[in-house]
Amino acid sequence: MPEKTTRRTALKTGLAATIATLFLRPKTGESHQLKKYPKSMGVLVDLGRCVGCRSCEAACNAEQNLPPPERPFTDQEVFAEIEHGQQRRTDENRYTVVNRYELAGLEHPLFRKVQCNHCQEPACLSSCFVNAYTKTPEGAVIYDPDVCVGCRTCMIACPFYIPAFRYSSAFSPRIQKCVFCYDTRLKYGKPPACVEACPQEALLFGQREELIKIGRRRIEENSGKYVDHIYGEYEAGGTSWLYLSPVPFDQVGFNTELPHEPILDSVKNFLGIVPMVLTIWPALFAGFHLLATRKEQPRTTTSEQGEEESR
Amino acid sequence: MKTLTGAIDHLPISGSNKTDGTSWTVKERLLLGLTVDQYLQQMRRNPLNWLLFAIFAVGLPLLLQRYIFGLGSVTHASNDYPWGLFLGFGLFGMVPLSASGFLLGTTVTLFGRKDFHPIERLALLNGLLGYFFAVVYLEVDLGMPWRLAYPMFVSLGPAAVLFLVAWHVATYLSVQIAELLPALFEWLARPAWKIYIKRITLGLTIAGIILSTLHQGALGALFNYAPNKLHPLWLSIEFQWIHFLCSAVFGGLSMVIVSSTLINTFIPWRCGKDFSENLDKLTLGMAKGAAYAMITYLIIKLVALAHDNEWELLLTGWGLYYLLEIGIGVVLPMFLFAKGVRDGAVRPVRIAAFIAATGIIWNRLNTAIVCFNYQMYQEFPHWKELWLTITLYALYFVVYRFIVYRLPIVFDWQESPVKQ
Repeated sequence: MPEKTTRRTALKTGLAATIATLFLRPKTGESHQLKKYPKSMGVLVDLGRCVGCRSCEAACNAEQNLPPPERPFTDQEVFAEIEHGQQRRTDENRYTVVNRYELAGLEHPLFRKVQCNHCQEPACLSSCFVNAYTKTPEGAVIYDPDVCVGCRTCMIACPFYIPAFRYSSAFSPRIQKCVFCYDTRLKYGKPPACVEACPQEALLFGQREELIKIGRRRIEENSGKYVDHIYGEYEAGGTSWLYLSPVPFDQVGFNTELPHEPILDSVKNFLGIVPMVLTIWPALFAGFHLLATRKEQPRTTTSEQGEEESR
Repeated sequence: MKTLTGAIDHLPISGSNKTDGTSWTVKERLLLGLTVDQYLQQMRRNPLNWLLFAIFAVGLPLLLQRYIFGLGSVTHASNDYPWGLFLGFGLFGMVPLSASGFLLGTTVTLFGRKDFHPIERLALLNGLLGYFFAVVYLEVDLGMPWRLAYPMFVSLGPAAVLFLVAWHVATYLSVQIAELLPALFEWLARPAWKIYIKRITLGLTIAGIILSTLHQGALGALFNYAPNKLHPLWLSIEFQWIHFLCSAVFGGLSMVIVSSTLINTFIPWRCGKDFSENLDKLTLGMAKGAAYAMITYLIIKLVALAHDNEWELLLTGWGLYYLLEIGIGVVLPMFLFAKGVRDGAVRPVRIAAFIAATGIIWNRLNTAIVCFNYQMYQEFPHWKELWLTITLYALYFVVYRFIVYRLPIVFDWQESPVKQ
């Protein structure tokens, strides 16, 4: 470890640092003013309790007026659906899906519910150049189709591959994603439809801070039953939806390599140089111009002479 | 056209007035001084036009399909790969190759290198059209193309990188149009109007530098939003914008070399004396600049590797692919450029320029599609998406040629009657 550190430091103090100090002084002034809402709500998903009944999918479908799926919600065959080597994901007709994971050494399979995790500092929101996304004080990340241009940068930015695009429509395309049932339920303090529909109490609705405490307690009280980590507490800056799992999270389809910083942090460097370029460049290049093009001297051949060297 | 200019002695039109002193009408100017029959005849004679026709015959209905039945009808409608060829090639590929405008504008106007003047307008045109068609590609790709102006006027998200791209590309397009207006004014026989543009040329040029620095960089920084999706060799959080900006420098120069070579070879009748006679020397000059930009780029690439400590990744399959991209796309043309400059030979330089321009496209496609979602499956575009991309490029080619044929881009406009 120390060896690695010295090499890194050595390199950093070299050319990299020179360039970095010249160009990359990070500034946070341009970043979104995101308030972390202390009272925001969340959902704690307990993978140990989920039995894969898909009631949440059905409830979501009804609540959000989505078209009925090809196969009914009672059909367990959908768990075997594989596209491009991937399990089912959210798309324009479903805001949430449940996937099955058969794990060696476990008596029964595990199920994982996928939907928007409602990040504390959403990447979709910070990457959107028309402010189509809003993080509400209640914790939901909602979307305004009336200003969306359809550039799909939010889909690039979302570390969880959640937003989907209605590609099928030429005239009313839009981003389709879970909105925490904001308009119909969350706004009035009610839990989202999926939570209400869950027969196993695998989904627990409450204040995010509280849920983290509950999660911790569950991990402690059932020692050995859960992995000692609440997924979503820190991932990508923290999410409103949190997960408990009996097995390491990467075995049930979670990306465990996500940075703990919000996605926004990786673009701050660049945003920081913008004001510098805008203010320094004009004077700098006007200066270059004055230096490079002095008034024609009597030596008339100047323009001919300079051609040897090109740039 | 080549044979006609040989046969008819008042062709091509390169001034406001005919030999007898009367001025060309707009119709005559548009038809290049030919009769309608002659014009159609020369169009039919060119086999390239038939190829273009074939591309459009399939491509235009596809375009219609896209606007009636949605993006999903011509692409794979992938939610995992939201950006396909339209942006990967059309936006991320075309924009760096269009850096030529600001580079040559800076060389001539800002640094006072008047010797590059004969190629300046071509560089500006190359820049303008590249940007314009990047927007055209964008308009095909955007879900709601009719809301193109939303980020400017309706709903502003100024903290997003794409906001910078949108504003800068839009402003820069206007700057480039202004920079090229003199050519149009000459062609319209309104030379007096040029004075207004001339007064603000320096301002426009500096604006061009600022806007180019920022949006070329911003295109790179867009990928900073996907730190866990793009392969680490193609994404360096700290240096991504410099990589994109720096590679745009040699990309833009290479593209002008390619374009000027094509024009000089296939449209010799249109090239002015100033352009043809100086082209070899200017090509070498630009090659020198490009070679400098390339070595700089390679060093920054190396610094990024060291900074992120990704050496061991070079030994993987992706690493091999990365080295292949750098080797063929940058190192090879760099040596060819250097050799050409040293020997004073333009041939290797022209080959190198072609390779380098392709290399840039390759790099951008890798960044946007191939190495994106590297832990998932590999997306290969739908054939309709590919065809549409080619169709739009063909349209770009047609417009480019249309303008070069007519406006004084590679020749000097004669205000007074032509004296032969």
